[in-house]
Amino acid sequence: MIEARGVVKRFGSRTILRGVDISVATGETLVIIGGSGCGKSTLLKCVVGLLHPDGGSVTVDGRDIAKCRNEAEVADYRRRFGYLFQEGALFDSMTIWENVTFGLRYLTDISPARYRRLAREKLAMVGLKDIEDFRPAELSGGMKKRVALARAIAAEPSYILYDEPTTGLDPIMSDVINDLILDLQKQLKVTSIVVTHDMKSAYKIASRIAMLHEGRVLGQGSPNDFKTSADPRIHQFVNGLSQGPIKMKLKDYEPDAAEGA
Amino acid sequence: MIEMWLSALGGAALGVMESAGQFALLVQSTVRWMFKSKIEWRQTLIQCARIGADSLPVTLMTTFFTGMVLALQGGASTEHFFNQPLFVGMLVGFAIVMELSPVMTALVVAGRAGAAIAAELGTMKVTEQIDALYTLGTDPVRYLVIPRVLAFILVLPFLVVISDFSGILGGYLVAKVKYQIPPSVFWHDIVDTMRVRHFMHGYIKAYVFAVAVSLICCYKGVTARGGAEGVGKSTTQAVVLSMVAIFVLDYLATAVLVALGIT
Repeated sequence: MIEARGVVKRFGSRTILRGVDISVATGETLVIIGGSGCGKSTLLKCVVGLLHPDGGSVTVDGRDIAKCRNEAEVADYRRRFGYLFQEGALFDSMTIWENVTFGLRYLTDISPARYRRLAREKLAMVGLKDIEDFRPAELSGGMKKRVALARAIAAEPSYILYDEPTTGLDPIMSDVINDLILDLQKQLKVTSIVVTHDMKSAYKIASRIAMLHEGRVLGQGSPNDFKTSADPRIHQFVNGLSQGPIKMKLKDYEPDAAEGA
Repeated sequence: MIEMWLSALGGAALGVMESAGQFALLVQSTVRWMFKSKIEWRQTLIQCARIGADSLPVTLMTTFFTGMVLALQGGASTEHFFNQPLFVGMLVGFAIVMELSPVMTALVVAGRAGAAIAAELGTMKVTEQIDALYTLGTDPVRYLVIPRVLAFILVLPFLVVISDFSGILGGYLVAKVKYQIPPSVFWHDIVDTMRVRHFMHGYIKAYVFAVAVSLICCYKGVTARGGAEGVGKSTTQAVVLSMVAIFVLDYLATAVLVALGIT
């Protein structure tokens, strides 16, 4: 179980998270939605321990990474997670199979002799084969995402965190990735947090949705609750409307009325 | 107006302090991991091959021509005063071995391999590959920084020794061809006057430069921000800072070595 309590995160003078409270039950898939820059990815990075909150706490199965006393405890905390980065973050100096099995050296006791076979198995789970000796630069965007997913599940984590898994993909490939996420959840029985602003994807894969706005949780509920939400901000966001209470600037510079006259 | 200047000055000072603090933390983390964890020898060897192979030809050429210039100038100066070129071998030997070979080699390696390291780590940083290392259970300092620092420490002194020979060979060629100095005279000038401690003077400096350049370039790489432009800026800063550090540390190391009698 993941629990975030009053999480605050600042970068210099900018406060990105202003007291976020979220909990994710075991086996659940929580989808976090929200506009660009609202702090979704920052929250995900606080959960995995890439960033440390300036206030509040994040606990995973009762353990707070900020309170880990030594490297072994930190490694034990990280071992629970698989993380899919927005752009894949594959190591471009390595082959695909080396990428997929990279974490096994540090997170597991599996013998290196078995790595190649394991890489083949994990790649098969995400629908890829015969690409073990390719380099990331030789793959398409969708294939890179799948390889990154294979890497995230290679060490058999209990939690998978997805940072915008469908961003930058065509609609068909986005749906393929959604199906893969659902399929992996069924096969591996993992708990997941998915950060996205793709509502089609959110409705398809979520057991529960939470919306972040201006660094706080605006609302939480089932996909159906969100479809029928009476909150005008949630309604505007999930329907993708430019007019509504959430103001986005059309242009950085609006000409003065007097200037035009 | 004064308020604005003071604020800008304060901001700049804070920026410098922050960078110094981050650099100190990187150094501390590097030392801690170096003694605490298993060294990534495969990565270290790959880096040794890259740094050595990248830098060797241009290093040899640089010190070879430097040796030639030294011989030419030394010969011309002594010819002007004594009507014949004197002590050319000694001049070339001392200047190359104690000063120019370590400094020139470090500058070339900083410009060649140091820039490559800053650009590579910077690209890894802005494409989240360094974050990916964390999530895959390893510390980037252990996996990326230590192999590069070790590779510099292993390769740079070796390059300096080869450069010593290259520079002296350049000087020897000019002495022979331009001034018709017999080879035995040139070599005796060197062998009769130079001692092991003179060689050690330059060799020790190579270690100092290796540590400084590798840490600066790694630091600039892992702290790169803001996409391609940020990587470019970090790479330039890495090279410029390394060059300044080489000259400053050259003086400081020389002062210490002179005080210790290694001169």
